[in-house]
Amino acid sequence: MTLFEEWLPVILPVIFALVMISVFMGMCAYAVLAERKICSYIQGRVGPNRTRLPLIGNVPILGDFLTGLGLFQPAADGLKFLFKEEITPGHVKLGYYYLAPIIALTPALTTMVVLPFGRYVDAAGVVQPLALANLDVGFLFILAISSLGVYGIVLAGWASNSKYPFLGAIRSTAQMISYELALGVSILPVFMWSAAPGSEYGMSLFGVVQSQETLWLGIWQPLSALIFLVAIFAETNRLPFDMAESETDLVGGFHTEYGAFKFGLFFVAEYAHIIMGSAIFVLLFAGGWHFLPGLADPWPAGVTGAVCSALWFLAKVGFMIFFFIWIRWTLPRFRYDQVMSLGWKILLPLAVGNLVFNTLLIALIDAL
Amino acid sequence: MATSKVIERKPLTFAEKTFLPQIATGLKTTFGNMLKKPITLQYPEERPVIPDNYRGVPTLVKDPNGREKCVSCQLCEFVCPPKAIRITPGEIDAEAEPDRAHVEKAPQEFEINMLRCIYCGFCQEVCPEEAIYLQDVFSLSGYSREEMINKKDKLYELGGTLPDQHFKWDKKKAAELKGNPGH
Repeated sequence: MTLFEEWLPVILPVIFALVMISVFMGMCAYAVLAERKICSYIQGRVGPNRTRLPLIGNVPILGDFLTGLGLFQPAADGLKFLFKEEITPGHVKLGYYYLAPIIALTPALTTMVVLPFGRYVDAAGVVQPLALANLDVGFLFILAISSLGVYGIVLAGWASNSKYPFLGAIRSTAQMISYELALGVSILPVFMWSAAPGSEYGMSLFGVVQSQETLWLGIWQPLSALIFLVAIFAETNRLPFDMAESETDLVGGFHTEYGAFKFGLFFVAEYAHIIMGSAIFVLLFAGGWHFLPGLADPWPAGVTGAVCSALWFLAKVGFMIFFFIWIRWTLPRFRYDQVMSLGWKILLPLAVGNLVFNTLLIALIDAL
Repeated sequence: MATSKVIERKPLTFAEKTFLPQIATGLKTTFGNMLKKPITLQYPEERPVIPDNYRGVPTLVKDPNGREKCVSCQLCEFVCPPKAIRITPGEIDAEAEPDRAHVEKAPQEFEINMLRCIYCGFCQEVCPEEAIYLQDVFSLSGYSREEMINKKDKLYELGGTLPDQHFKWDKKKAAELKGNPGH
């Protein structure tokens, strides 16, 4: 018993981490399904509706309904990636070739450590975040780690030793670097307002969310929100900016030489990035787990309230994921030079201008 | 003389330059599409509506009394451009159908090679007895070349009975009963 109590502080975080990873990976799998379903609805198709699991799929009405929704499809997709023949092209650099998908997925999974996904009121009556680790430099941590994701793509392109993946990797690198600037600058005003001197939260994401209790930041910082959203689309390599893949001119970009589970890892990483991007956008600009702008949170006290806040947050993230997919099947891909000119000539100056404007505004308010 | 006209392009307004209204319109369009009913046909369970004059797989039909209509005149074999049809003429069984035996012939074997058939419908057009029809069967497959040759029983199975109103043999019989055997 004493031994158990001694080890409890070690075991609990491990269990929490495992639970969070499983939920997160489940969300990735179902984000893939959501993508397939939503794109088929947009295109007037039905999408995956055949996969059926033996037991639950045979329940009279429910089974047919779930099968029609394609809810069993992710299992089939995952198993397919697992059991496919593992083909390694002869011309690749083996070590890097295998390393690349791992490096692509790891940052996306690491960033969720600092992601607060709900709140609870502790014994002392203080609101605390539900998160694996509530770092004071939360957002810096996310920026630092998520930009490592590009190394997966660069490595994949380099190790593939073939021209299309290489071109894709180079494009992707240039794009990530260009948009990361705008991304970083665009959220500075957010933290200038939310982490004012004297505020107790610093740069933690929890603090940003708590500062939006009455008004979402997306509403009174729309320019920041817009720039951030566009930059996040570019960072996640999603369609209007999927320079790294662009099937039409680069075959499949860095995926070209990858098959079976290695491709699966890249695929999951892409969706992990989308979920992380959506979650961060919700935290920064859409009020996190706060109910609606201008309304007090209706969450009851105790555990129910914590669960409610987490579910509300998840619902918002779900909508953002839907928005990501919706945009993908609406907009055509940019030309490469358009991506660059949008990033450097429009988004970056706008973000800097926004920062200067907000700085002056804050200075003005302080002087008054 | 051809004249060319230069169309004046209006300069974009500020809202148009940001592309945001256009993106919103696009999002509205795709969302509207999402609410529409999908046009997909769940193929093996749901079948498309085949128009009446569709030229599908050629089949042999029987008359409403269940008699073979084909008299193995071999016109279809002759007209078939890719030479897909092959008929072996034969006698009608005298015990089964005493009326028709020794009057008409019937195919002993009727083969249509579906690997050769081009679905032109000439056989249907040329048939004086209206015995061969291109009906609504549009998908057929097999594991070997032999399987793709439709034999007589398969052709009748695909064709079934065509409810036409000719009743050739009934009329002949009625005429005979009336005392007009030479009809």
